[in-house]
Amino acid sequence: MSIFSKYEGLASALASVTAGGGRNPFDVVIEKPISSTVGLIEGRETLLFGTNNYLGLSQSPAAINAAVEAAKAYGVGTTGSRIANGTQGLHRQLEERLSAFFRRRHCMVFSTGYQANLGTISALAGKDDYLLLDADSHASIYDGSRLGHAQVIRFRHNDADDLHKRLRRLEGTPGSKLVVVEGIYSMMGDVVPMAEFAAVKRETGAWLLADEAHSVGVMGKHGRGVAEADGVEDDVDFVVGTFSKSLGTVGGYCVSNHAGLDLIRLCSRPYMFTASLPPEVIAATMAALTELENHPELRIRLMDNARRLHTGLQAAGLRTGPQASPVVSVILDDVAVAVAFWNRLLDLGVYVNLSLPPATPDQHPLLRTSVMATHTPAEIDRAVDIFATVAREMGISRAA
Amino acid sequence: MSETVASVSALIVKTLLANPKVPRDINGSSKIVEDLAFDSLAVMNFVMEIEDTLDVSVPLDRLADIRTIDDLAACIVSLKQAS
Repeated sequence: MSIFSKYEGLASALASVTAGGGRNPFDVVIEKPISSTVGLIEGRETLLFGTNNYLGLSQSPAAINAAVEAAKAYGVGTTGSRIANGTQGLHRQLEERLSAFFRRRHCMVFSTGYQANLGTISALAGKDDYLLLDADSHASIYDGSRLGHAQVIRFRHNDADDLHKRLRRLEGTPGSKLVVVEGIYSMMGDVVPMAEFAAVKRETGAWLLADEAHSVGVMGKHGRGVAEADGVEDDVDFVVGTFSKSLGTVGGYCVSNHAGLDLIRLCSRPYMFTASLPPEVIAATMAALTELENHPELRIRLMDNARRLHTGLQAAGLRTGPQASPVVSVILDDVAVAVAFWNRLLDLGVYVNLSLPPATPDQHPLLRTSVMATHTPAEIDRAVDIFATVAREMGISRAA
Repeated sequence: MSETVASVSALIVKTLLANPKVPRDINGSSKIVEDLAFDSLAVMNFVMEIEDTLDVSVPLDRLADIRTIDDLAACIVSLKQAS
């Protein structure tokens, strides 16, 4: 018996996705980015509507220059973990920059956003504690809950009353209760009602962690995320985020006003047992953060673009998520239709993400798009036209 | 009145049968993943429905040990007794 026998179901599911002669959606290669919004795929210039590069900063000249200069000055790697030989002056500088940006006293930087959730959640919620997770939480949050030893309880998506009910059931139970929500949910682009969760946190004495991976740089007057936009930053004990969305690089962080965060450096395995971020990434991230701070107009343009795409797709007769945000998903009913639709979009020059159950809410396949501040109105209109064309070809448009 | 494994198991079967995709011949011995063809997300969402009906929260780690409907019923009864 092969060690891979347990994946026979997975193999047949993948075979069914490619059965019609379509591509393997998990194997698309962006051969070369031409700009933040256009990439070369299969030798063709393709509009990128699935990169999470919300502000277009992966191609920022300032960030690129900073990376080049840092590589020249410091080399290209640290060859060590943060608690061994992997902490350099740049790591401290980045943590201080993030603390200042978020107006919080403490910051830990991780090597990826995934590890930031893994390392923070697993260390904060210990054996005798309770973790309360939104049902639609990202995999990194679920994985963090498995790496720790807390009791894990799910509450209904974006439903503060449901959380309250579940916290009430825990009244009198020893142990801390850590609630985890996301600013913008990555599959449907829906925004957390943070003020409602903050109210439950205040009433029950729970701790609140907000993963603002998709909302930092996107929401709030200064780009600090949904907590800032809702005016409840003081109620959020821990903000976790990533550099790989609006900041265009790679890495993750946790910021907090709780001094205890520094103790986590000594017990968070995803922080302790992996190599730290290389100098060029840190330098590029700090340059991108400066861009984010100095160009609030990027956020305005991003949300204008999000509304343009959301409205356009709805006008084309397609079913989308509930609100315009930088993640706009087209919801379909059938996996085979979603696969064919996604293939045809790529044929016609639009790259989006094909998201399949069970990674999606409610078992629906999604054509997940993400918008950028750097998309031009013409690029968005072109993408909407191609969506509308494919929908008509496949007979699934709801438009009259 | 306190729930028994049999009464909770019957309630779970009744809740499951409200879903037309679930096979009609299920009982307390039915295996949730194999016999009902539920994936991990479907199991978690289904348990959430039962939690609301019985006003109990089932920690996710407890689900790892549950294979049959009766296993789930026994778990819920023990959680209710503990609270």
